[in-house]
Amino acid sequence: MATYELQIPISEQEIRALHVGDTVYLSGVMTTGRDAAHKYLIDNFICTDSVPESEQPLYEELQQLLDGGLIYHCGPVVRQDEEGKWHFVAAGPTTSIREEPYEADVIAHFGMRGVIGKGGMGPGTLQACQEQGAVYFHAVGGAASLIANSVKEVVAVRKKEEFGVPEAFWIIRVERFPVVVTMDSHGQSIHDEVEAASKEALARLVAEG
Amino acid sequence: MDKMTKAFIELVRRAATDLPADVEAVLQAAQAREEPGSAAAGALGTILENVALARANSTPVCQDTGTPIFYVYHSLGTSTRELRAQIEAAVAEATARAYLRPNAVDSLSGRNSGNNLGVEYPTFHFEEWEENYLQVKLLLKGGGSENVGIQYKLPHSPLKAGRDLEGVRKVVLDAVYQAQGKGCAPSVLGIALGSDRGYGYVHAKEQLFRPLKDVNPAPELAELEDRLLRDCNELGIGPMGFGGQTTVFGVKIGAYHRLPACYFVSVAYNCWACRRAQMTVQDEKVEYS
Repeated sequence: MATYELQIPISEQEIRALHVGDTVYLSGVMTTGRDAAHKYLIDNFICTDSVPESEQPLYEELQQLLDGGLIYHCGPVVRQDEEGKWHFVAAGPTTSIREEPYEADVIAHFGMRGVIGKGGMGPGTLQACQEQGAVYFHAVGGAASLIANSVKEVVAVRKKEEFGVPEAFWIIRVERFPVVVTMDSHGQSIHDEVEAASKEALARLVAEG
Repeated sequence: MDKMTKAFIELVRRAATDLPADVEAVLQAAQAREEPGSAAAGALGTILENVALARANSTPVCQDTGTPIFYVYHSLGTSTRELRAQIEAAVAEATARAYLRPNAVDSLSGRNSGNNLGVEYPTFHFEEWEENYLQVKLLLKGGGSENVGIQYKLPHSPLKAGRDLEGVRKVVLDAVYQAQGKGCAPSVLGIALGSDRGYGYVHAKEQLFRPLKDVNPAPELAELEDRLLRDCNELGIGPMGFGGQTTVFGVKIGAYHRLPACYFVSVAYNCWACRRAQMTVQDEKVEYS
C-alpha cells in the first residue's frame, strides 16, 4: 500500500501504477456530478445521434475537463459571499452505486481516469476501469467539512438552476484531496472482497440459531 | 424573528454541525480497536478529525444534512400550528446560513425548493404528554442511510426467519449485510417490532434517540440488542466497508403491538453521522442536550 500525489489531468501510466489500498492525494480541477448529471450526460451526449445545440458549449467544456479527469460523486453544501463567489462548506462523497448504470459509458466516452465517491461500484465500472485505464477513488463518507477544506476554489457551476444545488456540476480546484483506491485498473475491488467475506459470515451467523 | 424560532435555529445548528458526545466516544473507541495503519483505522481517524473541524467551524458534519425529522412532545394547550410555523421558519433560516443543504425536491417537477420546505417537508410528529414543558427532538437523517432502511415481514422464508426474536436477529443481520457500500458504516440501528408499515419506521427512528449506553427495560430485548451488536460486527464489513472490527456501534429495539396477521421488523439504519439533538423549553428557559 503506497502513497501517491497526483495532478489532474492524470495519465494512463500514472493510473496503471495504482493498486487497491493505495492512498492518493489529488490536486487540480475536477467536477462534481451525481444522479441528475449522469442522466444528463447519457441523454444529451452519449446515447444520442446529435448533441442539442443548446448543450454544445457545456459539452465542449466537459470534454476538455474530463479528458484525463475525474467526476466527484458529491452534492455539496455551498455558501455565496458578498461578491457572488461560491465556496464549498461541506462536501463529502455520495453513494456511487446509483451511477452504476451510467458510469462505464461516461468513463469511456470522455476518456476519464476515474471517479471519486463512496461505497464502490459494480462490475460494469470495474470492467471500464480495466479497459480504459481508470480507477475508483474512495473518499471517506460524511467527512464533509474536512474535504471542503481541500477545495480551494469553485471555478464555475453549471446547471444549478435546472438541477438544484446538490445535483449541479460544480467545477472545483482541489489541493491534496485525500482518497483511497478501492477499485483499480487491474480488476481488483476491495468491495468485492469484503462482500464475499461478509456473505460467508452472514450464512454462518444465520445458521447458528 | 421571535425567540422560539431563534431557539429552533440553534437546535438545527447543534444537530448539523456536531455529533452527540456518546457517539463520538464510541467512534474513538472503535478507532483504537482497528489495526494501526489499516484503511479502517484511517477512515475512523478522518471521521473524528472531520467532526472536530465541523464543531469548531459550525459547518455541517456531513454535506447530506438529510431529512429534518422533528418529534415534538407538548403539554395541553400548546398550539402545534404555531410550533410548526416557528420550526419551518427556523429550518429555512438554517438553510440560508448553510447549516443545512437545500434537500427538498418536488417529486413531480424534480425542482429543489431551495429552503428545505415543501409538501410534508420537514417531517413532524406531534404528541401531547403529561409533562408541563415542551421537548423537541431532531434527527437529521441522511439519504444514503435512509435508502438502506428496510422492512421485513415475518416469516421470511429466504432466511428461514420465523415469527420470534430469533427470526428478528436473522433479518436484521441481513439488513446490515445488504447496506454495505451504501449507508456509511459504522452504523447505529433503530428497530421496531410490530406496529403497521407506516408507524413501524416512525418508531424505529425514534429508537435512534436512545443513548448508546442505555439498557433496554425489556430483558429479552436487552439480550437481543447485545447479541446483534456482536453478530453484526462479526460480518467484518467495517468502517466505510473497508473491512474491520466495527460495523455497527448501537442496536436499539422497541416492541409494539401488531395485527395477528402481521409481524413487521422495521429497520432504520443510521450512518456514523448520527445527528440527533434535543431541547426542552420550560417557563421560557431553553436547554439543549
